[in-house]
Amino acid sequence: MYDTPVVGVLALQGDVQEHLIALAEADALARPVRRPEELAEVDGLIIPGGESTTISKLAVLFGVMEPLRARVRAGLPVYGTCAGMIMLADKILDPRSGQETVGGIDMIVRRNAFGRQNESFEAAIDVKGVAGDPVEGVFIRAPWVESVGAEAEVLAEHAGHIVAVRQGNALATSFHPELTGDHRVHSLFVDMVRAHMARAVGADRTAESL
Amino acid sequence: MSSTLSNSAQTPETGTARVKRGMAEQLKGGVIMDVVNAEQAKIAEDAGAVAVMALERVPADIRKDGGVARMSDPDMIEGIIEAVSIPVMAKSRIGHFVEAQVLQSLGVDYIDESEVLTPADEVNHSDKWAFTTPFVCGATNLGEALRRIAEGAAMIRSKGEAGTGNVVEAVRHLRQIKNEIARLRGYDNNELYAAAKDLRAPYELVQEVAELGKLPVVLFSAGGVATPADAALMRQLGAEGVFVGSGIFKSGDPAKRAAAIVKATTFYDDPKIIADASRNLGEAMVGINCDTLPEAERYANRGW
Repeated sequence: MYDTPVVGVLALQGDVQEHLIALAEADALARPVRRPEELAEVDGLIIPGGESTTISKLAVLFGVMEPLRARVRAGLPVYGTCAGMIMLADKILDPRSGQETVGGIDMIVRRNAFGRQNESFEAAIDVKGVAGDPVEGVFIRAPWVESVGAEAEVLAEHAGHIVAVRQGNALATSFHPELTGDHRVHSLFVDMVRAHMARAVGADRTAESL
Repeated sequence: MSSTLSNSAQTPETGTARVKRGMAEQLKGGVIMDVVNAEQAKIAEDAGAVAVMALERVPADIRKDGGVARMSDPDMIEGIIEAVSIPVMAKSRIGHFVEAQVLQSLGVDYIDESEVLTPADEVNHSDKWAFTTPFVCGATNLGEALRRIAEGAAMIRSKGEAGTGNVVEAVRHLRQIKNEIARLRGYDNNELYAAAKDLRAPYELVQEVAELGKLPVVLFSAGGVATPADAALMRQLGAEGVFVGSGIFKSGDPAKRAAAIVKATTFYDDPKIIADASRNLGEAMVGINCDTLPEAERYANRGW
């Protein structure tokens, strides 16, 4: 009924390839996005894991930050893992000087909250909206969410800390489903993208019939 | 390998192959910079480095000073860990598993079992499976890379020739690894056993590489990258990221050069951006011609 959604992966730095593979398996057309004109062509975007300070700097430097903020404000479906979660937070508890975020989810995140690499871990995580067994949560120097606003829905917790959040068309996880070969969280996101496209088409039709 | 998650894994599991290798996946597309103090570490972080390598002397100075090069002072490593929020790596000598134990206890995020330091064991490398902290190791060819992975390395870097500012050996080693992987792709199952014997690597890993068409861990390039174009060259040749050692802090304007190398590493396939990044960087490190380097001073020969 609708075209296959084109979902970008912000490819400034991080585990881009793993997200591209996961998206393809979740029946999306996946492509890397590094430039504003590439951003304009996608129906949804994943901000991957990586170093949030590096991704943030490069996004500002190469003129992607502002158009990305504008599109997220306008409802572009976005999903951030780990560093990507930090990028989608309206507020970082302990930002590096000058570290900017895209925003989109009313939450406060704490970077590297679960510790350094020696504390990185795997654990089974129940995610609201993902049917079946818990997902394999791979947490790498992972952030957690300190608090969320009224609009944000908590989808998962681990050890008393919020590790997955959704607000409208924005989804964020502290962990990395792209490293597990289980694409259910990516499917959840691609469904969000499809739903958004369907609503947009519906709105167009309504506008035409007026 | 303990990478699979059991169904009853309610208790979190640390130090799995997946979190070790996954950590390196997060560094992809990035630049890891050698730093010798907190001030340099901050410059690297501000320039967009994805991690820093804490060491007492950059390879160019180790070359100049001579003598035995060892693990850095814990105070200095902790000072750098305190100063930045990006991951901090540190080097142990080849086979010096006690230095590695010390680095793990300090909480470094990755240990580089490095040929840049003076080897402690001329037969054995450290058993890297025994650690929670992941390891990166150097390799000049596929067999060496697979032996390191068999020992538990979670990331590989082509060695190049550290401290020379000359990219020629980095190119040689990365091409060698890529060529050998490409050759394996063309082998049938009968040939893989002999290939494993020739590579002096476990058959299972050889088979995995033949199937994947790549290493089962992240592959970076190191040893001689001094300019934005060098970094982009290594990326175009197939490196997933670069280590820059002496090239930054032995140059005229480290902050500017560091930021320029970061840009060129991300836009490695865009000559216009690489050109812009290459403008007015000041003096590059002087560099050494590798063909005049005596065999005994070639760090790449260290590792077995």
